[in-house]
Amino acid sequence: MEKVLLFLIRAVLQGTPLLYGATGEILTEKAGNLNLGIPGIMYVGAISGVIGGFFYQTSGSVNPFLAILIPLLSCLLGSLLTSLLYSFLTVTLRANQNVTGLALTTFGVGFGNFFGGSLIKLTNSSTPYLALTKISKAYQNFLPFGNQQLGGQHGFLIYLAVVLALIVSFVMKRTRVGLQLRSIGESPATADAAGINVTRYKYLSTCLGGMIAGLGGLYYIMDYSNGVWQNDGFGDRGWLAIAIVIFAVWRPHFAIVGSYLFGGLYIMYNYLNASMQVQPLLQMLPYVVTIIVLIFVSVRKKRENLPPAALGLSYFREDR
Amino acid sequence: MSETTPLALELKHVTKVFGNIVANDDVEMELRRGEVLAILGENGSGKTTLMNMISGIYHPDSGEIYIDGKHVTIASPKDAFSYGIGMVHQHFKLVDVFSATENIILGIHEDKFNLNKSAEKIAEIAARYGFEMDPNKKIYEMSVSEKQTVEILKVLYRGADILILDEPTAVLTPQETEKLFRVIRRMRDDGKSIMIITHKLHEVMAISDRVAVLRKGRHIATVDTASTTQNELTEMMVGERVSLNIDRAKIEETPDRLNVSGLSLVNFEGIRILDDISFTAKSGEILGIAGVAGSGQRELLEIIAGLQTPTSGSIEYHDPSNNKTVDLRSKTPLQIRDLGVRLSFVPEDRLGMGLVGNMDIIDNMMLRSYRKGKTVFVDRQPPKALAEKIIDSLKVVTPSAKTAVRKLSGGNVQKVLVGREIAAAPTVLMAAYPVRGLDINSSYMIYKLLNEQKENGVAVIFVGEDLDVLLELCDRILVICGGRVTGIVDGRTAKKEEIGLMMTKAKGGETHVE
Repeated sequence: MEKVLLFLIRAVLQGTPLLYGATGEILTEKAGNLNLGIPGIMYVGAISGVIGGFFYQTSGSVNPFLAILIPLLSCLLGSLLTSLLYSFLTVTLRANQNVTGLALTTFGVGFGNFFGGSLIKLTNSSTPYLALTKISKAYQNFLPFGNQQLGGQHGFLIYLAVVLALIVSFVMKRTRVGLQLRSIGESPATADAAGINVTRYKYLSTCLGGMIAGLGGLYYIMDYSNGVWQNDGFGDRGWLAIAIVIFAVWRPHFAIVGSYLFGGLYIMYNYLNASMQVQPLLQMLPYVVTIIVLIFVSVRKKRENLPPAALGLSYFREDR
Repeated sequence: MSETTPLALELKHVTKVFGNIVANDDVEMELRRGEVLAILGENGSGKTTLMNMISGIYHPDSGEIYIDGKHVTIASPKDAFSYGIGMVHQHFKLVDVFSATENIILGIHEDKFNLNKSAEKIAEIAARYGFEMDPNKKIYEMSVSEKQTVEILKVLYRGADILILDEPTAVLTPQETEKLFRVIRRMRDDGKSIMIITHKLHEVMAISDRVAVLRKGRHIATVDTASTTQNELTEMMVGERVSLNIDRAKIEETPDRLNVSGLSLVNFEGIRILDDISFTAKSGEILGIAGVAGSGQRELLEIIAGLQTPTSGSIEYHDPSNNKTVDLRSKTPLQIRDLGVRLSFVPEDRLGMGLVGNMDIIDNMMLRSYRKGKTVFVDRQPPKALAEKIIDSLKVVTPSAKTAVRKLSGGNVQKVLVGREIAAAPTVLMAAYPVRGLDINSSYMIYKLLNEQKENGVAVIFVGEDLDVLLELCDRILVICGGRVTGIVDGRTAKKEEIGLMMTKAKGGETHVE
């Protein structure tokens, strides 16, 4: 029984960074921008938070409030700048979204590893990682989740992920801003004719989406990994987040369930006493589920479950 | 309706030039409060350009627009809305996955966001004017007519007093058209001013109070509908016969090539696009097809070319050399070619269906010959020679044969396409609007090529929009209206007015001629 409970808690812990990524990506895609740079932006968010935290922690005494605020702001700033770069390239210059996104992911991972490595050098330590324990404690003690017996104590970022997903869901469905945002993802020409500023909405949703996704990286380092930065530590979670977008058929509230499910599937192999040879197969599970969902959605072809009609296309008013 | 009725909208000396084409030349027009004004004119007469200037999509180069007697500048569709002008475009601008309500309130900022309240308000407006519609229905579940209703409600919801409807009946069935007209009359009685663009004369007579006729960008006259006739309007719309000098060779009695009989097509929305079309195309003649745009010309040619399957009817091809007849119905273009039928097709959409824009001239030549040869490798020499021959003989202006077709001007693109189709030595050559958008020299080059083909014994089918050209070029002219043949006339003796009437079904029996 305890093992099952532990697994469920671990699933939530694993699912939280995915939820941030998925919520951010849904917000972006609903305005018609397929941001494949999200995995990279999550890396940038993580390392930006680490940089902020590192300089605050090494500057002297640690105030719990500032220990949370400084890494949080530097994470948001890092993700914002990266998202702005993506928006400028795809919305203003109308570059191909897939190529730009993939390039950004490669860039983000490299950016994270470069500055991560530099910080590790600065500490003159012989270990290949950097630990921001005091900062991490501040994160984990604010609005705690779980306890030391079961999965360790974790902080407010777990709740924030759910709250953000619900807010995005509500805004999308129930407000004028959400309606206008969705109209851009479906038919930018229609939105434009209705007097909606397509460019502004696209920038706004991509940047907000990127900042939300960046928080996933921050959570992963500061909370989940106890403040330990290790190069390539975040792994392929960013791609999993993008898979969840499809799984959740572009609905953030479904993404909550999807993220925890995928989180569970991601660590399933640890709990099944599987042999080394079978483990990689089990690690495939989240992707297999995504493919099944894709098949299911394509066969049913319900219009509301299809991707936004103008997803991945740049909009140019005079292009008729 | 009288001279003293206040004016809702007034245009003075409005001129709009695109490049070196004058779309509107010094147009003067008045729209009164509470009237239906029909804007009548052939394709390319500048109707839509004029309406786009009123609704803020284009800006006039010179001239003034007055609304309720005040001089205004309409810089954007938003501006137009603020002056109470609403336009319903021919191509709907709607978000498919949204409900009618969501589409209607999109972009409006006034009241609180409450979909239920908005839906009630929409239902209220719909009831007032006699629309039938469910505000919560999704657009993708709607018929064309329902979508149009949403577009009109969108305009009314924003409080428009001046409504512009761009060919609203083009996509509607007669029953739906009648319903729309009832709604238009109610809106008029409610004090709204409505401009309706159309080229269907009987509809003009049925719905409008006055008619403004445009021809080649100029305003010819505005007349009271009650005091005019369809014949008079046709004359104003078509104008004087402009003489073209196209050499038209006399034809001898030649064998039949293509025998189309009883061809019908019902599309997936249940609309009858073609209705019992029958005709014969002979070797060595040019058969013109006249009709307002969208009367089924495209579908007819695509069925013959094997791109669409007709609902019923037959297409027979005669080979006079061995007196054999083959059925082309429901065959793919490849099967048709394998039967030994050399059919060439110059489609309306040159860069969409005819050529690949991003490929160069040589590669585009290969689209017709890539199956030749026995190995997996293609032989690039013959297409290269052909490309160079076409560039040379048709005077295609291009940096080289390796230039992407997309980069050529419209006329040169057309020369490449026609050149390729003619090089296949066809026995049947079909060309849809081959001179659309071409300058006068390129147009004549194309006419000359078609005439040469005719003299070589090819059965040429020419779909055109300019009646003057059709009369100068074609030996016989098939007139279709709403997917039905309304007449076949001799190109040498027919009168333009006569064809114009047939094109608008005036002789089809559904409406009567005064």
